[in-house]
Amino acid sequence: MSAVISAREEILACISSAGTKGAEDAAADYARIERSYRQAARLSHAATLDLLEERLHEYGARVFRVAESEIASLCARLLRERGARRIVVPAGLPEKWLAGAGSAAESTLEIVPDADFDAAALDSFDSVMTASTVAIAETGTIVLASAPDEGRRAITLVPDYHLCVVREGDVVETVVEGMRRLDAVKEMPLTLISGPSATADIEMTRIKGVHGPRFLDVAVVRA
Amino acid sequence: MSVMELDPRTALSFPKAAKMLLKETELRGNVRRATETIQAKRRKLVAEKDDWQELRESARQIRAHVLAHLGAYLEEFERNLTRAGGTVHWARNAEEAQAIVVSLAKEAGAQEVIKIKSMTTEEIHLNGALEEAGIHAYETDLAELILQLGHDTPSHIVVPALHKNRAQIREIFKREMNLPELGSAPEDLAEAARRFLREKFLRVHTAVSGANFLIAETGGICIVESEGNGRMCLTLPDTLIAVVGIEKVLPRFGDLEVMLQLLARSATGERMNPYNSIWTGVRPGDGPRKMHVVLLDNARTEVLADKEGRQTLQCIRCAACLNACPVYRQTGGHAYGSVYAGPIGAILTPQLMEMKHGQSLPYASSLCGACYEVCPVKINIPEVLIHLRNEVVKRHGPLAPEAIALRMVATLFRSERRFRAAQRLGRMAQTLLARRELKIVGQNVGQADWGDSQWIHWLPGMLGGWTRSRDLEAIPSESFREWWDRRSK
Repeated sequence: MSAVISAREEILACISSAGTKGAEDAAADYARIERSYRQAARLSHAATLDLLEERLHEYGARVFRVAESEIASLCARLLRERGARRIVVPAGLPEKWLAGAGSAAESTLEIVPDADFDAAALDSFDSVMTASTVAIAETGTIVLASAPDEGRRAITLVPDYHLCVVREGDVVETVVEGMRRLDAVKEMPLTLISGPSATADIEMTRIKGVHGPRFLDVAVVRA
Repeated sequence: MSVMELDPRTALSFPKAAKMLLKETELRGNVRRATETIQAKRRKLVAEKDDWQELRESARQIRAHVLAHLGAYLEEFERNLTRAGGTVHWARNAEEAQAIVVSLAKEAGAQEVIKIKSMTTEEIHLNGALEEAGIHAYETDLAELILQLGHDTPSHIVVPALHKNRAQIREIFKREMNLPELGSAPEDLAEAARRFLREKFLRVHTAVSGANFLIAETGGICIVESEGNGRMCLTLPDTLIAVVGIEKVLPRFGDLEVMLQLLARSATGERMNPYNSIWTGVRPGDGPRKMHVVLLDNARTEVLADKEGRQTLQCIRCAACLNACPVYRQTGGHAYGSVYAGPIGAILTPQLMEMKHGQSLPYASSLCGACYEVCPVKINIPEVLIHLRNEVVKRHGPLAPEAIALRMVATLFRSERRFRAAQRLGRMAQTLLARRELKIVGQNVGQADWGDSQWIHWLPGMLGGWTRSRDLEAIPSESFREWWDRRSK
C-alpha cells in the first residue's frame, strides 16, 4: 500500500484527533446554542417603512413612495432626470413598469431586456431597473435573490444607476426577520445591498461609488 | 519608510520593529486618526443595539460549536458545494495552497487574475507564488491596490492601508497610473481607482478571493465588502478560486443573522456594509462557470488541538481589537511582522507558526482587556496571551532567565520569613534608586506636590529590561504587615 495520505484525509484526521466531536452530536449540540437576541419586530409596519426610508436617505439613496399604478410615470421621470440613455432590465420585469419611459416621441431611452450580455456589453448600459425580494429597515438593506424580475447579479453591478422597486409587503424591520425570509431562497445567488457602492479606505472618509452603481433610487410600492 | 517584511519567520521581533516605527510620526498620526474614527462609529452603532451582548454570546457559541464539530461541518460543506457544481480542494500548508491555486489558474489559461481582498491569501503569500508562475495578480480592493502599487504591505485586517494618508496615496496613484494631474480629494482618488480597475474587471477571466463565511448546510459562500470590487470578481469571471481557512465554516444559513449584524458594526462601524454576496456553487448564466474552494489548514488544526488556544479560531476578522488596542494604536500594524496585526495577530501569528516564530508577539500587550471587550465573538484574548507567554517560556526551557527568575520569586513567596527578609533587603537596595516625584494635584496643572510614594526609573543589569519601558513603585518604608504588627502591640 502506498503511504501517501491525501491532504483531505490528513486534515480531517488532525481535526478528529484535536478533541472534536463527530457528526452524530452536531444536531443536538446545535439546538442548544443560546439565542436570546431580539428576533421579533417592535415597530408597526408603517413605522418600519419610515425607518427604511430614513436609512436609505442616510446612504444617499433617494426614496419614492408610490402606488403600483404610479410606477410607470415615476420611472419615466427618474430615468429622464438621471439622463439615462440605455437601460438593461431583467427578462421578468413587468413591462408596464417601464410603459411610460422610452415611449415619448422625444425620448432617446433604449430599454433592453437582458440577453446574457458579457461584461463589456453590460458596460455600455448606464442604468438598470429591477424588483427586489426583501428589504430590511433597520440596516437599510435591499436584497436581490435572482428572481425573474431581479435578474442575474452582473446586471445590477456594472451600470452606474440602479432603480429598484421594493414592495411594501417585503419590508421587514430587523436583520433576523430578513434573513429568515431569505431561508426559502438560500441557495439562490443573493446580493444584500446597503446603500450605493462605497469605500472608507482613504482616511476613513466614506466615498460613494467605487465599482458598483454610484446612484440608487428606490421606489417603495404600496400593496 | 522601507517596506517591513510581513513574514513572521524573518520579521524583526516586536520590540525592535516597534522601536523603529515609533519614530514614524506621520504614520502614527495616520493610524491614530483612522482607529479613532472607526472606534467612534462603532461605539455609536453598538450602543443602539440593546441586544448586543446577547448577539455576542450567540456568536461565541456558534463559533465554538463549529470548532467542536469542525470535521463534520467541513465534510457537509464539501458535499453540498460539490452537489452545487463547485470543487473543494484541501491544502495542508501554504505551499500546497499556492500550488493548487497556481495549477487552477493555469488550467483556466490565466496570465492575469483579479483578486478580492483576502488576508488568507496574504498569509500564504499567494501573489508572489503566482508571479513566479508568470501570472500577475491585480488587487482590486482600493486599499490593497494602494499597497500593491505602492509596494507596501497591509497594516490592518479590514482597512489595510490605513497607515497611508490621502497625500501619500495621491503620490502613488500619480506615479503608478501615470496621472500627473490627479487631485488629492478622496473622491478623485476613488475615481482614479474605478477607471484603472474597470478595464481589468472587464478583461480578466479568473478571480481569486477569500471568504468571510462558508455555509455547511448549503455549500454556500458569503463575501462581505463595500466597494463592489468583490461583486465584480465573483460575478464577471469564468473561474473563481476562493482560498479559505478551515475555521470559516458556519453550520447553517440562518447563522448569518447573527454574524452579519456583528461583523459590519464591529469592523467598519456601519449598520451593514454596502454589499454582501451569498451564493452556492455554480449557477448557469449567472457568475463563474467554475467555482473552486481551497480549504487551508496551515497549522489551524494545531490551534484547534490546544484547549486554551482554540478560541482564537472563533475570529471573524473584524479587526475591532486592533482599533481598540493601545499598543496597536501606537505602533501600527507593521510592527507585528505578520499580516495579522494587533491583539488577534499577537495570538494568531505565533500559533500559526507553531510557536516557532513570532514569540515576542504574546508580550506585545498590556493585558488591559480592551480587545476582549470589543470582540464580537468573545475571544478572551488576554487569557490566550498569558497562555502563549507560558508556552514561550516553556519552549525556552528551565534554564531561561525568565524561568529561573520566576522560580526564585516562587521560592521567596512560599515562606513568610523569606518574603520579609527579601522586603528588608529590597528596601536597603533601593535607597539609591527610588525617588519621590512631583505630581499634579487637583484639576490645575500649576498645582503640584510631592507624592507619597517613591518610584524607581532605572534598575541595573538584566532587571533593567523592566524599567526601560516602565516605572516601578518602590517598596514602601513600612509594609502593611509591619504596620499591623506595630498597631496591635
